[in-house]
Amino acid sequence: MTALGKLVRTTVFKLLAMYLVLFVLFAGFVIGYVGWNTRQVIDGQIRDTIEAEIRGLSEQYRVGGIRRLVGIIERRTREPGASLYLVTTFAGEFLAGNVDSVPFEILDRPGVHETFYSPGDELDRRSREAMAHVFVLPGGFRLLVGRDLAERERLNEVTREALLISLGLVTVLACVGGWFIMGRVLKRVDAMTETARTIMAGDLGGRLAVAGTGDELDRLALNLNAMLERINELMTGMKEVSDNIAHDLKTPLTRLRNRAEEALRNATTTEEYARAIEDTIEESDNLISVFNALLTIARLEAGNAPANGAPFDLAETARSVAELYEAVADEALTPVVVAIAPDLVLPVAGNRELAGQALANLVDNALKYGSSGDEKKAIVISARRERDVDGRETAVIEVADRGPGIPEADREHVLERFARLESSRTRPGFGLGLSLVAAVVRMHDGRLTLADNAPGLRVVLALPVAAVSDTIARPPAQGEAATEHLT
Amino acid sequence: MPMRILIIEDDPDAAGYITKALREAGHLADHAPDGLEGYALAREGDYDVLVVDRMLPKLDGLSVIRSLREQKVETPVLILSALGQVDDRVKGLRAGGDDYLAKPYAFSELLARVEALARRRVGPAGEATVYRVGDLELDRLSHNVTRAGEEILLQPREFRLLEYLMRNAGQVVTRTMLLENVWDYHFDPQTNVIDVHVSRLRSKIDKGYATPLIHTIRGAGYMVRDGAR
Repeated sequence: MTALGKLVRTTVFKLLAMYLVLFVLFAGFVIGYVGWNTRQVIDGQIRDTIEAEIRGLSEQYRVGGIRRLVGIIERRTREPGASLYLVTTFAGEFLAGNVDSVPFEILDRPGVHETFYSPGDELDRRSREAMAHVFVLPGGFRLLVGRDLAERERLNEVTREALLISLGLVTVLACVGGWFIMGRVLKRVDAMTETARTIMAGDLGGRLAVAGTGDELDRLALNLNAMLERINELMTGMKEVSDNIAHDLKTPLTRLRNRAEEALRNATTTEEYARAIEDTIEESDNLISVFNALLTIARLEAGNAPANGAPFDLAETARSVAELYEAVADEALTPVVVAIAPDLVLPVAGNRELAGQALANLVDNALKYGSSGDEKKAIVISARRERDVDGRETAVIEVADRGPGIPEADREHVLERFARLESSRTRPGFGLGLSLVAAVVRMHDGRLTLADNAPGLRVVLALPVAAVSDTIARPPAQGEAATEHLT
Repeated sequence: MPMRILIIEDDPDAAGYITKALREAGHLADHAPDGLEGYALAREGDYDVLVVDRMLPKLDGLSVIRSLREQKVETPVLILSALGQVDDRVKGLRAGGDDYLAKPYAFSELLARVEALARRRVGPAGEATVYRVGDLELDRLSHNVTRAGEEILLQPREFRLLEYLMRNAGQVVTRTMLLENVWDYHFDPQTNVIDVHVSRLRSKIDKGYATPLIHTIRGAGYMVRDGAR
């Protein structure tokens, strides 16, 4: 596209062109209207003057005859700025006046005419425009009284000039102003386009320039920048995930491959082969669950999580998760104490499934890491309603253990993916549990706090309470006829 | 009793593997490589269970199920999907699926679920008031459980666990099936929570009796079965 073509296509240009046409039409109309009206007024005045003189002169004629009329006219023609006079006989012979010649035929037609004449001036014999009234006096004499129209024509001239000048001026101003505005706007739009291009080319750190004037382009730039910021965050998240996946899945994959290879090399009996294959399947199952956890976290963090908004009872979720883990805890000789009032209801809008998984991860963690040495101490799960610092009502679930806890400096770090404290590297787990909890809490617009239980770890999970508390969707009891009796 | 199973799956490897394994398990398995053919076969053939992949050429899995349900074909459907998220599961079940299994899965899991679905169709016994396996009796209305006439006291959750196992008596029930049907959670608990619950139940049901009724099926799950048979 040529520079001119590009210019013509811009919105600013089209707007300017439209306004230019509008202004020209408007100016033309105003000036034309004023001019036409002025002309009407002037014509009227001239006509009145002529009428008055005709009346006066014919009166003189009636009183003093042709001789008196000629005398008066000769005297009047010598006054400066005089009207035009001509008195002729019936046959058109000149008797008196300051008009040298007029078109012969008008003298035969009484009434008002616009005509040309030559003044009786020796120096200037050019034909001039005039308005003339021809009057037939008794006795056949013709009396012509007229006014030169030069003044009216001059006024026309002035009007025409005014029109041309104003049109020219409007056009020039529009062009100059338009050029200036277009230059500014196009420059900024071009800069934005350029930035967008570099961003598309891969430089996600680029941001649109903001002029700071708060105009519409600034607002647009600010919003686009916010959008870019969000995209950048998501991209960074994606990159982190893929880095972590690459890093943490390669180890078990390598182990998997090594085992299979070793079995191929060394196994001789069917039993040995079978064991190798069983190990391989177990290892792949682990891989699959790591992968699933990663995908869930990534999806939650990408913000397209299934927060379907149906309210569920978080207290019930906590009770059922506690009950799910109670048996394991008993086995591990770590009692789980559920300190949740039986009538407590904590309606939360969101996803019961994910909340349940988050709580399960917390209890699972507490069971894994919450006991120091041989001494087994209880894990306490409690629930309450509480106003948070922003004054929002929140449903709070606390899972507290009496293990070694997490040093304050590490608390932020353990929420990251694959984060595992050095001290726990040797224990089972993938380091995804807490980051999944964090992601679920973020999705529910809640808050996750890791606190000191002195000694031990106290995880506080606070989700905003849903407005409607009476429409809690109970989990469907599949194939269950008499649940009410049980729960 | 062999079942007739239709697998609608476009990946030839996966389809071949499932078909072969189902035949080895004693069932009759057919295969359709795309949605349209699958739909036609499912409408005509008298199948006990359909195994439908979500992403299929020509007609996607959910549309196949929806169309079948509109045609009043009520064959139970197990949806297979690479999408294992909660909302995907909900979408699948809403479209008329009866169960949902995320890829990758263990074949034992697929088999257990397919058999559970087929049984639900074949035997209205699932809705019986009293379940009996050997000398074990479970009354679903009075919540009484007796073995050889002796009453066994169970916690509510233990009752539901036993109820589900007995409803699927003679069938393998996997750990995830138990978690889904007894606790209504679809995630994968990392510790052996289900095993501990089952072993507690077992200690109440089988302890002191000559024939065990709750059996562990290695690499698959559990089964309630009269060992004497």
